[in-house]
Amino acid sequence: MSVLIIFWAVVGAQVLLACAMVIGAYRMLFGPKAQDRVLGLDNLYLNATMLLLTFGIRYSSTHYFEAALVIAMLGFVATAALAKVLMRGEVIE
Amino acid sequence: MIGATDIPLWAAILTAVFVLGGAALSLTGAVGMLTMKSFYQRAHAPTLGSTLGIGFILMASIIFFSVTGTRPAVHEIVIAVFITVTTPVPLLLLVRAALHRDRSQGSPEVPGAITIVNGTVRLIGDKAIVISQEDKVIEKD
Repeated sequence: MSVLIIFWAVVGAQVLLACAMVIGAYRMLFGPKAQDRVLGLDNLYLNATMLLLTFGIRYSSTHYFEAALVIAMLGFVATAALAKVLMRGEVIE
Repeated sequence: MIGATDIPLWAAILTAVFVLGGAALSLTGAVGMLTMKSFYQRAHAPTLGSTLGIGFILMASIIFFSVTGTRPAVHEIVIAVFITVTTPVPLLLLVRAALHRDRSQGSPEVPGAITIVNGTVRLIGDKAIVISQEDKVIEKD
């Protein structure tokens, strides 16, 4: 019973997160301006972090946690660097 | 579902509620980012997912792994602290870059930057006036 509850809740959450990732990818691909694309990428990596955490719950595995942490860190660096590119036109001055 | 066969019912219900709530909040933020009109409104919407959404999912993960006992479940606090600290910084940089670009393109969507060539700005009541060097009011509001 409890296994079924967790399984279907996690599957539903993964469907919702996949929809959110599709929306983020749409913003990233068809954003009207460059800043909209960066915002879409930011939302995409955030939802990818959450999706990996739900995969960890689904398979009772500890390996997904490190991947989620790495994605969170890389997304932070990517968004900061892209914002700097939009501001200055270059990353390292 | 390999290691979750021995989880009690209350923990299962709690995990399910937190997981679904976090995912629904994240999707709400994404839909807001899709449907709002200007960039400055769109920048607000995904922060719903980056605060409450990921908080709920991390809480579900903490409950699940604490009850099943496959590992001590304090690792999630690392992600929670990291996301909480690092979410505002790139968004602030991004919005400032967007404002800079909009101003340099002369977009009517944003107010222009205040440039005062010869004089100072003083706040009197709730109005700002520009005062020249000879203490003469040259522009109001």
